[in-house]
Amino acid sequence: MDSALIIEKSIFIVVVFAVTMLMAMYSTWAERKVAAFLQDRVGPNRAGWGGLLQPLADGLKLFAKEEFEPNTPNKFLFFVGPGIAMATALITSAVIPWGDKLELFGRTIQLQATDIDVSILYVFGVVSVGVYGIMIGGWASNNKFSLMGAVRAASQMVSYEVAMGLSIIALLMMSGSLSLHDITVQQHGMNWNIWYQPVGFLIFLICAFAETNRTPFDLAECESELIGGYHTEYSSMKMGFYLFAEYANMFISSTLISVLYFGGYNYPGMDWVGTNWGTNAATLLGIGALFAKICFFIFFYMWVRWTIPRFRYDQLMNLGWKILIPLSIINIMITGVCILAFK
Amino acid sequence: MATSIQNISLSGKKKQVSNKEMTFWERLYLVAIIKGLLITIKHFFRKKATIHYPEQVREFSPVYRGKHTLKRDEQGRENCTACGLCALTCPAEAITMKAAERKKGEEHLYREEKYAEIYEINMLRCIFCGLCEEACPKDAIYLTISKELVPAQYDREDFIYGKDKLVMPLEVAMANTQKLN
Ligand code: SF4
Ligand code: SF4
Repeated sequence: MDSALIIEKSIFIVVVFAVTMLMAMYSTWAERKVAAFLQDRVGPNRAGWGGLLQPLADGLKLFAKEEFEPNTPNKFLFFVGPGIAMATALITSAVIPWGDKLELFGRTIQLQATDIDVSILYVFGVVSVGVYGIMIGGWASNNKFSLMGAVRAASQMVSYEVAMGLSIIALLMMSGSLSLHDITVQQHGMNWNIWYQPVGFLIFLICAFAETNRTPFDLAECESELIGGYHTEYSSMKMGFYLFAEYANMFISSTLISVLYFGGYNYPGMDWVGTNWGTNAATLLGIGALFAKICFFIFFYMWVRWTIPRFRYDQLMNLGWKILIPLSIINIMITGVCILAFK
Repeated sequence: MATSIQNISLSGKKKQVSNKEMTFWERLYLVAIIKGLLITIKHFFRKKATIHYPEQVREFSPVYRGKHTLKRDEQGRENCTACGLCALTCPAEAITMKAAERKKGEEHLYREEKYAEIYEINMLRCIFCGLCEEACPKDAIYLTISKELVPAQYDREDFIYGKDKLVMPLEVAMANTQKLN
């Protein structure tokens, strides 16, 4: 491997990291703004124009808070929990194709940190490790409410990962590849997977809500029953890490939805732009298209949060095991029949 | 059926609750969720109800009880005679005062022979009930004329309002007199 490639990848990874952090930061701002707007309020508007400096102020506040530690025998695990949550939230972005090729300084740069051919499996693997952050944190807190939250989070994630995996299988049967890059290339132009897999998309969307612990499935931290759920005992920047990881997860899962079902960086008329304005312009527009889709899904997460009340625990399990899993199996069968009939 | 008491809906929003089995579509929740999403997105574009407080102030009703004012009479003299009835009646024990005797040559400052040298209200204790206003025999204290709120402060001491903040400014008293004539 030549050194230029290493430099190129390092820069790219740092940029992706920074963008993920920035998106997570401004998701907190957006969350408060969207919440306010949906409730006929205006939201934070004092720190900077339209409250744009609010995330910085929040971060500063979290840094300045006292670092409280409960009397727990697992000081190390208590410390490690938020780190795992944050790390797993961030390393998923490694396999996501953020754009097509860029031509800079006579080199062709692939806008993807690494194109491993089992990237979907990688994503699923990392996401399932993500639950350990919550589990360990909740368990090491030595607090009943935290433990309850952690147990809920674990069982919820395990249940919904099944349906999520099954809904992806139908997609993989169509694409014939596990690589996110190949899947994106196949959705060239407007040939998006959502037209072929609407039911699969719906199941994936619902599962994504459950996996990221967002309302209506935020039972792991439901304030009205569990105080703060798994992060009840956390304070200062450790708490900040958990909240940040949640928003980073939201960003990553929005990206995944966009890449898997909404064509990733593909947009209608990209060939025309490519031939008339050059590849770089087409790629940059593609990145813009991808981020527009991501922002829409982040907005959708918030929109749903302020619309639907929280599910009850038995309803959650019923939905996961009795509706979504059978539905995704039926979806697989129908997809199989269609592939046999039309291809 | 004739209108019996069960069928009257005063708000016009009365709905019969039923325990019937949900249909398949209802059990999917999807239709209801989409309806809900449409309702919330409508609010996204609504006019906001917020009043941007320090820059914008809400209009007060004529009887709104805000910050207290110690009134002056038509000649600009302080009404209060430090009788202490307001302090006595105050359920929150928010008022303290110290009386003093009016000296020769101070007749243009105080209307009665005795006046309040110190008059303090602790705005953190006050519940803005208006009983002090009702108790006052000299028409001296009013909550309804300042049309002001007590603003937030960082220190508790700053909430103890003395005569400098409570007594009606002389110019206002003069303007009032001119309006009368
Ligand atoms: S308004 Fe009520 S509580 Fe406030 S000073 Fe007057 S009597 Fe006391
Ligand atoms: S404000 Fe009225 S009631 Fe209170 S001391 Fe003065 S004159 Fe008496």
